[in-house]
Amino acid sequence: STVSGSEAEDRVKRDGGVSDSECRPDSGVPEVPVATDDTPEVLNKALSGLSSRWKNWWVRGILTLAMISFFFFIIYLGPMVLMMIVSIKCFHEIITIGYSVYHSYHLPWFRTLSWYFLLCVNYFFYGETVTDYFFTLVQREEPLRILSKYHRFISFTLYLTGFCMFVLSLVKKHYRLQFYMFGWTHVTLLIVVTQSHLIIHNLFEGMIWFIVPISCVICNDIMAYMFGFFFGRTPLIKLSPKKTWEGFIGGFFSTVVFGILLSYVMSGYRYFVCPVEFNNDSNSFTVDCEPSELFQLQDYTLPSVLQSITGWSTVKLFPFQIHSIALSAFASIMGPFGGFFASGFKRAFKIKDFANTIPGHGGIMDRFDCQYLMATFVNVYIASFIRGPNPTKVIQQLLALRPDQQLHIYNSLKAHLTERGLLATQEEAA
Amino acid sequence: PLNLSHAQRHKRPSTTLYLLCAYAHSCVWSPQEADGQDRLGLHGEGEADMEGECKAHTPDMPPGDGNTPQCLNRALEGLSSRWKNWWIRGILSLTMITGFFLIIYLGPLMLIFVVMSIQIKCFQEIITIGYRVYHSYELPWFRTLSWYFLICVNYFFYGETVADYFGALVRREEPLQFLVRYHRFISFTLYLAGFCMFVLSLVKKHYRLQFYMFAWTHVTLLIVVTQSHLVIQNLFEGMIWFIVPISTVICNDIMAYLFGFFFGRTPLIKLSPKKTWEGFIGGFFSTVVFSFLFAYLLSQYQYFVCPVEYNSETNRFTVECEPSDLFVMQEYTLPATAQNLLRWKTVNLYPFQIHSIALSTFASLIGPFGGFFASGFKRAFKIKDFADTIPGHGGIMDRFDCQYLMATFVHVYIASFIRGPNPSKVLQQLLALQPEQQLSIFNTLRNHLREKGMLPPAVGLKV
Repeated sequence: STVSGSEAEDRVKRDGGVSDSECRPDSGVPEVPVATDDTPEVLNKALSGLSSRWKNWWVRGILTLAMISFFFFIIYLGPMVLMMIVSIKCFHEIITIGYSVYHSYHLPWFRTLSWYFLLCVNYFFYGETVTDYFFTLVQREEPLRILSKYHRFISFTLYLTGFCMFVLSLVKKHYRLQFYMFGWTHVTLLIVVTQSHLIIHNLFEGMIWFIVPISCVICNDIMAYMFGFFFGRTPLIKLSPKKTWEGFIGGFFSTVVFGILLSYVMSGYRYFVCPVEFNNDSNSFTVDCEPSELFQLQDYTLPSVLQSITGWSTVKLFPFQIHSIALSAFASIMGPFGGFFASGFKRAFKIKDFANTIPGHGGIMDRFDCQYLMATFVNVYIASFIRGPNPTKVIQQLLALRPDQQLHIYNSLKAHLTERGLLATQEEAA
Repeated sequence: PLNLSHAQRHKRPSTTLYLLCAYAHSCVWSPQEADGQDRLGLHGEGEADMEGECKAHTPDMPPGDGNTPQCLNRALEGLSSRWKNWWIRGILSLTMITGFFLIIYLGPLMLIFVVMSIQIKCFQEIITIGYRVYHSYELPWFRTLSWYFLICVNYFFYGETVADYFGALVRREEPLQFLVRYHRFISFTLYLAGFCMFVLSLVKKHYRLQFYMFAWTHVTLLIVVTQSHLVIQNLFEGMIWFIVPISTVICNDIMAYLFGFFFGRTPLIKLSPKKTWEGFIGGFFSTVVFSFLFAYLLSQYQYFVCPVEYNSETNRFTVECEPSDLFVMQEYTLPATAQNLLRWKTVNLYPFQIHSIALSTFASLIGPFGGFFASGFKRAFKIKDFADTIPGHGGIMDRFDCQYLMATFVHVYIASFIRGPNPSKVLQQLLALQPEQQLSIFNTLRNHLREKGMLPPAVGLKV
């Protein structure tokens, strides 16, 4: 069933069609076929009694719950697989749109080339991750060691092959089309693959850095929708007529509260808090560690205003909860911009949804459009405010240097540590 | 009319590229010139390249008006049109090469400025083409946004470089320290601001246009800015890693053209009808020989061979060091066949010359693909040249199209085969760790060095 909130969008679509002509006559714009009803038969029968509006509401609600359960199930199994599947599906959806926009179906090389570029870029990114996190394993196995030592060169060679194939595949009458598809593929790779790679990086820091941001964005989506549904009056932005200021502000506050509570719950468990490490002996992932300071309860003195209201003088919080306020604030304020970007994109190319994968919700990209910027933000946030350089990585780099360079660094480090008083001077005799 | 007047503005070339003489005004330039690149005018291509779009809206770029200085024109009045073109291109080529060497002489700092200005010019050229293709002039936000994104991405990349190479300087100045520590966050915030401005600037009737320009800007940034940044990184490894690759590509261009001019018969690829197999193969062999000799010449001078370092006391760039193994003459035993030919047993070579063979092979075999890519791009968007900056040669992008992949290749080559991680960077990271982590690394390193025999073994101590 088509989403009820799309009447305004339909109207705009028709308006946009007439006026948004550059040099392409409108007959050339592909009419993406109307979304077929994918609702499972069982749901349809159960809800046959209700009116159309509530039926849509229920279908969306049930599917939302199904997706959230599926999300937690996948977390239990292993999030990396989820991320890979999602990023491949997102890539596929965007490329398919490009094909339909540019009528490129009859040029079979493009599909091959696009998937080939996706493989190359994924190989490059996952190779870098594997080298970092599976260092000992890599050193042990000879073929892996060679692959990791010359990793950049191999990735570059693979990419070059794709580039040369593209140049050789240029056909006389279709130059512009081919360049468009080339550009489209690269921008899609830039958006989708880098984001998914950053999510995996965040994951390795600790599952909590993966779960809390994504949950905050989902919560903001749901809460903004609810507040808009019940209280919405003032439109937010011309681009998405259904979004309202009430929904935006209500979503903001409820997401911040939700973030604080969720991080309180999760910070208590090692499973979420510890960095994911690969144990060479057992050849599996372990999440076992001494929780860092971020995840240890500390006393915070409340400002006097709050003291008089709640009657407490101090409150026990995990420092991570303070960080979660920053994360949820970003999710509430900037996340919607990702949604507006996707809405603008759909308006620009006159499509209603990215695909029809999820009934009532559209494609995978529709669900993930607000997550675009979140993953990058979390990664940058962690790099800037939380952790310094990774000590294991530094050791690796140290051991890869030449001996005279190592000696030089050793002496500098010794001088530095002695200055700080960390090294007892009698430790280095002779 | 709007298109034409804008194109008129672009006909004034930048004066820094002229060493010969000042010019008064432009003169008519004949579009048929004998050169290695294909310069098919608009007519031959137009009918065939229809993809169901209204041709009337495809911008017809006015034929490149000759920017030849008046003095050159008078000097070459007598010659026929073909030879006149040949001479003008030749003189301009010599001018550019001389300019190139002059800039190298002026030092690394000047080189960095030149690379940055070339990058900005290339970006401007490509963005201008995008504007023309999409008639985006009436949306002034785009120019602002495109330049804003260029500044953001440059800030990000050069900030990373500064943090690496100017470590000592950064540690001294407090504001710089703050900027470096939160560099990624600041760059990301700047980019986000641009992203939000873009979303807020979406105007109802121009969504598709705006998205196209957004993507065009990003792809251009990806190509132009990353390449220039890699060029600067190569430069810091040693000027020779900057000079030899660029010279090799230029030499391949010139040699392939000359061989094609004199011996060319068999066409190479339908995309560029003027390229021939004879030019390609002749260019390949002569480029390998050229770079072999050129590498030999440059490897002797510390000025070219040493990594560029920033001396914090004198606040200048210095190129002084103990040349690494690559640049120390070694004896190589010739294989038996070569021995019989030359009657030498061994030959003294710099190891770098062996690497230069790899570099020149890449420049000759893959470099042309960059040229084909640019030719295809020009055909696709029905433009003859990227711009009119250099008379007879087109825009800056036209000169640099074969260099695209070279800079990336050299960078990857160095990272994979030549150097390991940068020691000063490792030291910086070490000093940024927590003290306990530093201590544990210190102990690990000490044991490692002891095993290798670099440190005397520990005397029995009681701590």
